[in-house]
Amino acid sequence: MKSAFLLEIARARAERQAIAVVTRLRDGAQSLHPARGPQGDLELTEPVLAEVRDRCRHDRSGRLRADPALFIRCYTPAYRLIIVGAVHIAQALAPAAVMAGFDVTIVDPRTAFATVERFPDTTVTHEWPDVALETLAPDAQTAVAALSHDPKLDDPALIAALASPAFYVGALGSRRTHAARLERFAAHGIDGSERLRAPVGLNLGGRSAGEIAIAIIAEIIQTRYRTT
Amino acid sequence: MTQRAESEVDEILTQVRRWQQDRRRVALATVIDTWGSSPRPVGSHLAVADTGGFVGSVSGGCVEGAVVEAALEVIADGKPRQLEFGVSDEQAWSVGLACGGRIAVYVERVE
Repeated sequence: MKSAFLLEIARARAERQAIAVVTRLRDGAQSLHPARGPQGDLELTEPVLAEVRDRCRHDRSGRLRADPALFIRCYTPAYRLIIVGAVHIAQALAPAAVMAGFDVTIVDPRTAFATVERFPDTTVTHEWPDVALETLAPDAQTAVAALSHDPKLDDPALIAALASPAFYVGALGSRRTHAARLERFAAHGIDGSERLRAPVGLNLGGRSAGEIAIAIIAEIIQTRYRTT
Repeated sequence: MTQRAESEVDEILTQVRRWQQDRRRVALATVIDTWGSSPRPVGSHLAVADTGGFVGSVSGGCVEGAVVEAALEVIADGKPRQLEFGVSDEQAWSVGLACGGRIAVYVERVE
């Protein structure tokens, strides 16, 4: 592998862009495949390039079906989790999500909640959730969990998340709270009944903040692998 | 504004760059095939410096020693190698995979 390729991979990761390396295993000839087009030693046919693009999209490293003498290693951006509400459960969810490989952002305009003391290793934004979500622009590799219990914070975040391609949108709250939320959304012409996961998390039966955090990240992981 | 998960790939890339800055030569090992239950997915990397130091994992610890050895040879002669490990391997007891799976690993020098 050329050092220059490793630098390009590092740059693509910093910019949250997918990139891939194709290797001819027999002799080690290689090409690099950023979004703007391939570079390197391999002359690849259009069917092979089409498979390379497809595999980049779905993060499927392996021998190419179109030519098993070639191996592709896809480097796709880390999945993200946006947590709305710098609440107690968020203090447990943020490190659990990082452990599962997610980039975590916490959104809470209440500066008393979102403090460095409560979230020592996590980045927090104090913007209002609708503004923050616009900046963060959830994509198909992003999960959004609204945990604040306050409709003033949760609702605008959830409405923005439901309008985005986020692969997971969940909200804390009882079934009754959720029914009321769906009614509020319906009044604005938004149907959250299909995509919005509430009560958030797998039903593990746990009650502590740590247990609920694990139930939430478990559901997010399950959803991620079901949809890709 | 977003905390980056300390993902394995970033950790490996950072370490490789550090080694190169220290004028160390480096090899990169990659899992290219898996059969049966294998501990690490296709694409998993192990980077090895000419000092024998390594970062990352191709098998969760079962065969790393043998891969490091092969990596040192690759660093020396520059020729990429393919390695296979599994319980059917005659070295099963020394470097086999406890899980019963098989993996193929490609080892190349960073030029």
